[in-house]
Amino acid sequence: MISGRCAACKNQRRKCPSDCIFSPYFPANDPQRFACVHKIYGGSNVGKMLQEIPPYLRQEAADTLYLEAKCRIDDPIYGCVGIISSLYEQIQNAEIELAKIQTQIAFYKLQTQQQVEAEPNMEVLLSQSSNMGQFEWDNPTIASWFN
Amino acid sequence: MGGSSPCASCKLLRRRCTKECIFAPYFPSDDPRKFAIVHKVFGASNVSKMLQELPIHQRGDAVSSLVYEANARVRDPVYGCVGAISYLQNQVTQLQMQLAVAQAEILSIQMQPEPSNNNTTLLPSQLLLDQDDNEKFLLLSTSSAENNNNYEFLPQYLSSFASSSSSSSNVFQDSEPLKRESFC
Repeated sequence: MISGRCAACKNQRRKCPSDCIFSPYFPANDPQRFACVHKIYGGSNVGKMLQEIPPYLRQEAADTLYLEAKCRIDDPIYGCVGIISSLYEQIQNAEIELAKIQTQIAFYKLQTQQQVEAEPNMEVLLSQSSNMGQFEWDNPTIASWFN
Repeated sequence: MGGSSPCASCKLLRRRCTKECIFAPYFPSDDPRKFAIVHKVFGASNVSKMLQELPIHQRGDAVSSLVYEANARVRDPVYGCVGAISYLQNQVTQLQMQLAVAQAEILSIQMQPEPSNNNTTLLPSQLLLDQDDNEKFLLLSTSSAENNNNYEFLPQYLSSFASSSSSSSNVFQDSEPLKRESFC
């Protein structure tokens, strides 16, 4: 029946056979999907590509062909390669930022570690002093160190 | 006679290569594979139509990106370039997560009491009051100026991260991808 044609056969104005390779992936209710791939790849190229792929992977292949065709229509110069380029740049920028922050963290940790290592000496000295910066040599606890 | 050899496309298509041939500047005869792969995926007439719709100064880049896409599709007949996009998007997401963790860590380090901000001399009574507080040792540090400079340094990273993360990581929402001159 003519009313059962898939989007590809409608576009090509032909009968849609029962074993039409396009019909599972280009339904009649989405004519724009086939129109996009037809504009970029051509109907026969799409058919050839789908035939070379195992049936269980054809849906994904049709989806990716549609996505790439749509990208190419939106950006006739770079297509989805422009998106790849943009993603590479995002990755590069993020890696640089991450390296900077990790360097900063390492610096802070080193600083903290150095302070912690200096603390025990200060703790002992402060616990024995009654005046800022002065040690009481007559304090029996400190004096006992030297005994 | 100054007849030049036909371009790669006219050789493959077995036709006469005129001086107005739209393919000749981009598919030289010494690289037949380049046109062969583009023809296999897109078809010569589709490529010709695409190039005709573009200004001449943009056709070189268009051919380069078509060759890149065709190569990707031949290498991966199911996913083509979309496979690469998906992989790169995952990388971006992972890096953004790592950045978020690193920023949280550095914020928590910043939130710790700063040992060197207070250079003032403390009265003995203040020292005694702080004896049970571990933070008292931080007050005696003398490198406050250096640490303050580092705190000014950090917000730059945070703001740049915020601006970069606001750009879409969803491939097909990116309306203006950055452009490169060559892709091959």
